[in-house]
Amino acid sequence: MSELFQLSAVEAAQLLQAKKISSVELTGNVINRIEDVENRVQAFLIWDKELALSQAKVVDEHRMRGEDLSPLAGIPIALKDNICTQGIRTTAGSKILYNFIPPYDATVVNKLKQAGLVLIGKTNCDEFAMGSSTENSGYHTTSNPWDLERVPGGSSGGSAAAVAAGESLLSLGSDTGGSIRQPASLCGVVGMKPTYGRVSRYGLIAYASSLDQIGPFGRTVRDCAALLNLISGHDGMDSTSTSVPVPDYTKACESDVKGLKIGVPREFFAQGVSGDVDMLVRAAIEKLCELGAEAEECSLPFSEYALAAYYIIAPAEASSNLARFDGVRYGLRTKELAGHISLTEKTRNEGFGDEVKQRIMIGTYALSAGYYDAYYKRAQQIRTLIRRDFDRAFEKFDILLTPTSPTTAFKIGEKSDPLAMKLADVCTLPVNMAGLPALSLPCGFVDGLPVGMQVVGKPFDEETVFRVSHTYEQASLWHTSRPLL
Amino acid sequence: MPEYEPVVGMECHAELLTNSKMFCGCKNEFGGEPNTRCCPICLGMPGALPVMNREAVNHVIRTALALNCEITRDAKFDRKNYFYPDLPKGYQISEYDKPIGVKGWLDIEVDGQVKRIHIRRVHLEEDTGKLFHVAGDESFVDLNRSGVPLMEIVTEFPPDIHSADEARAYLMKLRTILTFIGVCDGKMEEGSLRCEPNVSIREIGTHILGTKTEIKNLNSFRAVQKGIEFEVERQAELTEAGEKIVQETRGWNDAKQITFSQRSKEGEQEYRYFPEPDLLPLEISDDWIEQIRLNMPELPDSRKARIISEYGLSAYDAAYLIEEKELVDFFEETAKLSGDAKLSANWIMSDLARLLNTDNTPIQNSPISPAHLAEMVKLINDGTISGKIAKTLIEEMFTTSIAPGLIVEDKGWKTIKDTGAIEALVEKVMADNPAIISDIKEKGLMQKKGFLVGQVMKASQGKADPQDVNRIIDEKLIG
Repeated sequence: MSELFQLSAVEAAQLLQAKKISSVELTGNVINRIEDVENRVQAFLIWDKELALSQAKVVDEHRMRGEDLSPLAGIPIALKDNICTQGIRTTAGSKILYNFIPPYDATVVNKLKQAGLVLIGKTNCDEFAMGSSTENSGYHTTSNPWDLERVPGGSSGGSAAAVAAGESLLSLGSDTGGSIRQPASLCGVVGMKPTYGRVSRYGLIAYASSLDQIGPFGRTVRDCAALLNLISGHDGMDSTSTSVPVPDYTKACESDVKGLKIGVPREFFAQGVSGDVDMLVRAAIEKLCELGAEAEECSLPFSEYALAAYYIIAPAEASSNLARFDGVRYGLRTKELAGHISLTEKTRNEGFGDEVKQRIMIGTYALSAGYYDAYYKRAQQIRTLIRRDFDRAFEKFDILLTPTSPTTAFKIGEKSDPLAMKLADVCTLPVNMAGLPALSLPCGFVDGLPVGMQVVGKPFDEETVFRVSHTYEQASLWHTSRPLL
Repeated sequence: MPEYEPVVGMECHAELLTNSKMFCGCKNEFGGEPNTRCCPICLGMPGALPVMNREAVNHVIRTALALNCEITRDAKFDRKNYFYPDLPKGYQISEYDKPIGVKGWLDIEVDGQVKRIHIRRVHLEEDTGKLFHVAGDESFVDLNRSGVPLMEIVTEFPPDIHSADEARAYLMKLRTILTFIGVCDGKMEEGSLRCEPNVSIREIGTHILGTKTEIKNLNSFRAVQKGIEFEVERQAELTEAGEKIVQETRGWNDAKQITFSQRSKEGEQEYRYFPEPDLLPLEISDDWIEQIRLNMPELPDSRKARIISEYGLSAYDAAYLIEEKELVDFFEETAKLSGDAKLSANWIMSDLARLLNTDNTPIQNSPISPAHLAEMVKLINDGTISGKIAKTLIEEMFTTSIAPGLIVEDKGWKTIKDTGAIEALVEKVMADNPAIISDIKEKGLMQKKGFLVGQVMKASQGKADPQDVNRIIDEKLIG
């Protein structure tokens, strides 16, 4: 048998349920793997062997006593470091929170604890989830397990790399403009952004509140479905979480796309998408058509403005969300003490990185009197138009298929131009603007680097997204490939 | 010197009477050890999210209806962004362009004239914490108040108020309404009702608005009136001297009875309002509004009209009683039990008011219950005790909280009904004062009879009925 860390979460769960392995064995194996490769991958900001093993031990005891356990009980999971964990340092990748230990758990963390998952660590990310490579982390840059010279994508790069490298079976990330799907694509794993409102944001350190959504990473579509089952649902602590019923997403993971209508939005195959990526995604669509689906090209004309509108709305909300980091109550406080105004100014100057500062400035400008109508209000209008584009497309199609990222993983330090970096999210941003569910799964390799396909569904129709993705996954073998480390 | 008229806009903040804070479950109470009523939400911790307190929204809708406002069906929350150590999130959740209530009014009465004051908006927001500056260069922040639901009520622009008296009447009326409908306790000294008037002056007859100043830390009705009066005079003097009025915030020094410059308003604060993405718009339905309307208590204006017609009170008495909900409640209960509204009102407004005031006790904590006061009124009306005795009796009731009947019995304060006993007293007084008797009998100086009555009353320790005494003296003088 291959090593335990290479299993999918669902496979490992079956072995646990059959008592063929224990969670302590599984977790121990994953910890060994971390000790082996982490100095090269650097997916984590913090991980703890003792903490992980003690949780695993408790789950094993429960299982031995024959208690009713959730399907994923005993499976190791890593969390993006912008998700608050009680008693465990949570930094969101920022120096300004270098010493912040939350006195509360995020709602998703509560749910995972109740389901008996084993938290092994907190993963690296771009500071406050602003970036597409983890290069904006206030701590270090994570490497892509397929090529250590390259970025894992971002902002949830640590979560994607951890799953790809076998350092965890599952992980959670957050996605504001592509921060789950793009790193999933670049690391050759499955990553999903659920419909806005599907998963509670309580305890997720906010970047852009109207766009942020927590979602799962796994090695298979079914892994993501099983994990989404556990974290979804209405939460009284988050007014924007909805009470739309949560189906069993693993039941949607069946191979059946007969008669399924696939829309192929042409705008997502332009805008700097490399020829290889274009070809692989089209080949995947072809494959689904062989399995009984029908594909047709369509147009989402306003998606071309998504990038511009996103870079008004997200920084505007961020400029306000990040105002609380003022050095008064928690986190970094400048040593140069003076009046309260300079306390706040100096703390923020020392604590925030360049990208964060830039976005705060852009957002502050966009919200200022005299500019609000020209920028923020206009961007919200564009957002409405983008949503209508998708609504129209979904009158005709069941699902939309596009590339996730225009290119494969780029080299660390390669994209020094901030605009070039932002273009990495051109295929994923419109989906956040419309609040839709979307998943990225592997659809091939170019020069040994993974390529991802984005599967976009109707609001709260995660089931169709899983069904299409699972069907393709089962008809291909991409998900079985593992990086050599 | 030309005549100036003040132009006064009123911005009032009322802390709402809710069990919990605006966006979290922390208790909404005044005071307490610093930072003991806080949680991740009202401390602005990373990842914490607000959840709207429906009770607070109900209070604002109730107020908007009581102030004759239109209700904004799609009211929403916005973020008002600014940095201050008492503002944990770096923004205050407030309502910017879609306040819950708009275009309302209330009527005030000054010098017998009714005037309508228009209200521009009624909105809901959260309160900030409090900063404490101590000696040295340290400051402390208490966030117990952070996130307490706060309602802002702003008068229409251009303002209707043109004197300090009108401003005071407006504020008193507003307080009465807020306390009647139970949304705010109206305690200005504790800051649960705060008022910041903005004041400018103009020459009478002109319509151009002058530069305005805003007055802060006014902690009583009197301070509001005095502050505006001072500011009007100050601005008039500056104008006369040809000097410019600076647009600024001015504090009120209650000890010196002056305003002083606090903060210049030039370079207006930039708040970067935008819709709060963590909360959904309100969607206030007809049903919601109707539910609140159905449970609306009787408002001060209609209650005043009713107590005038129902109890035959004078407009003056009614206006006095209506100022406090607890007072008019006390009155109505006493009037119903005693069957004599006028006499009940008199005792409440005179002796009881004086006793409460001296003892610094609010009417709701009165040691004399409406039932006891009503019993006393009945004892007077059925002749059991004299009005004079009642004045002593009410003091005793206030000190002991004992029923008046028991006190009267115990002290033997009943009016003497036995005419034989009164006759004996009259005879003794007449015998003791032969000079007076001869003055009356021989010189016809009837006015001296009053002296005799007084002496008899004194001898009876006030328990004789003065009418009986008068009648018996007349009989004796003739006989």
